Amino acid sequence: MATQAPATASLPETAPRRLVLEVLHDWVTTVDHKKIGLMYIGYALIFLVVGGFEALLIRVQLAVPNNHFVSPQVFNQLFTMHGTTMVFFVGMPILFGFGNYLIPLMIGARDMAFPRLNAFSFWISAFGGLLLYFSYLGASGLYGAGGAPDVGWWAYAPLTMRAFSHGHSTDYWTLAILLSGIGTIGTSANIVATVISMRCPGMKLSRMPLLAWIYLVMSGLVFVTISPLTAAQIMLMLDRYVGSHFFDTQAGGSAVLWMHFFWIFGHPEVYVLVLPAFAFANEIIPVFSRKAVFGYPAMVAASVGIGFISLSVWAHHMFTIGMTAGGNTFFVLSTMTISVPTGIKIFNWLATLWGGKIHFTSSMMFAIAFLFQFLIAGLTGIMLAVAPFDWQLSGSYFIVAHFHYVLVGAIIFMIFSAFYYWFPKMSGRMLSEKLGKWHFWLFLIGFHLTFDFMHIPGILGMPRRIYTYEADRGWMLLNMIVSSGAIFQAVATLLFVYNMVWSYFKGPIAGPDPWDAWTLEWSTTSPPPDYNFAVIPTVESRRPLWDIKHPDDPDSLYDE
Amino acid sequence: MLVLSVTAGIFLVVGGLLLYVVIRYRHRAGDANAHQEPPQIYGSTQIELSWTVIPILIVVMLFLATTRVILSTQNAPKPADSLDVTVIGHQFWWEYRYPKLGIVAANELHIPVSDPKHPTPTYLSMSSADTDHSFWIPRLAGKTDLIPNRVNTMWIDPQAPGLYLGQCAQYCGTQHAKMLLRVYADTPEQFAAWVAHQQQPAVEDPSASKGRDVFQHNACISCHTVAGTVATGRFGPDLTHLASRDTIASGAVPNSAANVRAFVDNPANFKPGALMPAMHLSQKDLDAVTAYLMTLK
Repeated sequence: MATQAPATASLPETAPRRLVLEVLHDWVTTVDHKKIGLMYIGYALIFLVVGGFEALLIRVQLAVPNNHFVSPQVFNQLFTMHGTTMVFFVGMPILFGFGNYLIPLMIGARDMAFPRLNAFSFWISAFGGLLLYFSYLGASGLYGAGGAPDVGWWAYAPLTMRAFSHGHSTDYWTLAILLSGIGTIGTSANIVATVISMRCPGMKLSRMPLLAWIYLVMSGLVFVTISPLTAAQIMLMLDRYVGSHFFDTQAGGSAVLWMHFFWIFGHPEVYVLVLPAFAFANEIIPVFSRKAVFGYPAMVAASVGIGFISLSVWAHHMFTIGMTAGGNTFFVLSTMTISVPTGIKIFNWLATLWGGKIHFTSSMMFAIAFLFQFLIAGLTGIMLAVAPFDWQLSGSYFIVAHFHYVLVGAIIFMIFSAFYYWFPKMSGRMLSEKLGKWHFWLFLIGFHLTFDFMHIPGILGMPRRIYTYEADRGWMLLNMIVSSGAIFQAVATLLFVYNMVWSYFKGPIAGPDPWDAWTLEWSTTSPPPDYNFAVIPTVESRRPLWDIKHPDDPDSLYDE
Repeated sequence: MLVLSVTAGIFLVVGGLLLYVVIRYRHRAGDANAHQEPPQIYGSTQIELSWTVIPILIVVMLFLATTRVILSTQNAPKPADSLDVTVIGHQFWWEYRYPKLGIVAANELHIPVSDPKHPTPTYLSMSSADTDHSFWIPRLAGKTDLIPNRVNTMWIDPQAPGLYLGQCAQYCGTQHAKMLLRVYADTPEQFAAWVAHQQQPAVEDPSASKGRDVFQHNACISCHTVAGTVATGRFGPDLTHLASRDTIASGAVPNSAANVRAFVDNPANFKPGALMPAMHLSQKDLDAVTAYLMTLK
């Protein structure tokens, strides 16, 4: 297998060095799933730095009470842009990027089912992100503030109506979400079609890598959730431009209608984002425990179960809007129920670790931290599912801490883990483990400083989205600690970006299979050729490379 | 409490297991069989069934306990001695109306303290004049949203007299952060005195007649009410008893002549983004209006 890796320190040049314009033309016009995947990832990383910088400014403003670092208008724009950017232009594209890159490789295909749709989806999503940020130049917001949207990432009606949001910032927000939604649906359709119909010979659904299974569930979820979001954006635009009154409360419209539309998207969206993190964990934890994943059928069932149950929990975001006792009770039950399949996943991961030989690579360390943090996030989630508890803590910093535990503690940690794991496949070079460990520990310290302590001001009564607070409330020390953690995270992230750039040019050559792994993407060169596989592989079990490496005890023996 | 102990228990058990597994099964380079793969285990129906059923039982238990609290809160019978207050959220202040007492107040809510033996809870029926708001006094109750075109209700039942702080908990626009809540739980005597005072029309202090003229000949009266005068605007807070309040600008700053003057001069001095425009009064008129407002005890 090592025959592909050259002895010299440089990768084989397949063609003479090309002009910049030629390279650019190649990337802009490409329909190759790997290049599109990388563009998704690169684009998301740029926005990750932008959104992170916004978070940093927010934390500077809140570090001390009655701060005047930024004006209230700018602060409101910052948290709106931070939330919108991180969900729609970091989370979604980065996860689609990995999916795009990995799914064809893992199921033994040469590309996605619809390569041109793939390129279209990427470019329309990318355009959405640029449009959102163009609002800084092209729109003027609430109170003549000028610039970016300032209605919050969930943009509750009627604050988005023209009576309360003058200028065009809300229109930029709506259009950006609408476009990114179209791209998202396109890519999801593509993933479903690819997973259903492009698998290599022998890869039955029951032999598919769990990553492909989970992306299938996630894409199905996208169809059901992005559609109402898109519909709501169109209704919002109609309200703003042709005088309809869906959400215009001053003309009899309904504010609650928007909430339902938004959260029937918004809560499954959390699972759209976290399912791929589970998918990464399902690939990475077994390889670094040197064991097959425990309970494959249960893992599939739990993923599908999460997909379905997540569609019935949305109104737990609305416990405070004055629902009937019956309504509240229903959403308490559905929300608590979702903890059962997620619990199964956590237990199965623990059982995968149990009896293994755990290798503490940077990738695995991020994955173990993910397990720990996701456990905590799940438990605070159960607390918040208890409606009377939520009446107290909804809309407070406790919620902010809870969902950042999911979004950062689980999803971002797992994305970092995925980078350390698959970067060698994508670039042909290993990331520096030494810098990786620094990145891990700094980010871990920063994460816990910020988000552990963020729970407490929420319990003490600090609501979210306030640009400042009074000195006599006793929230200052806690906010100071929270803000100091942000600095650690920022430094760690810069270290990570530096690691990627450095390793891309100077990292050790990876070879096709640096982790001694078992899925098909490791059977081809790093980076893979345009056509992925010279010969389309045939598989006989869930771990084709294990079968090749252990001919005396192949998985296919146990595959019924 | 039940929820806390259950979740803390799960955390200790599962977190402990994770720690144990990570330490016990770490790869040791020195081991004799360091290069051998560990035994491959694919699953176990019994074990997996057990960690499906146990969580289901925990969920059922938590759900039943939660339902009991929801029903006891939302379907609680309303005692005859309860006080009714209508709360209306505005960008960025609170309006309180006591329909049975004929009182309109702003930003500082006075309610009677409730004796457990003879409870006098306060029932709030809440709506919004513009965007969504949320009424949250952490030490008194959970929050309830104020949503336009919709009336929500909640009740509070403070057992100890004193001042309870809170603030708007649903993002409502630029000055969401300074839409503060102050609830005064008064003793029965204090409350009766407060009610009697608030029911009076505005004090007519002849020494402030110049300021009253300025007030009544400017746009002030389009938005503010001073009971017993021509000022009947309803867009901004009722000012009939402004000087009896401890704070102005929805709790943003203490109520003093200097602060009132600065706020009237330009509200952005304390609340940039507040809907009241800068009044552009001359220094003389500013002084007069401030003097007038401070007589509105």
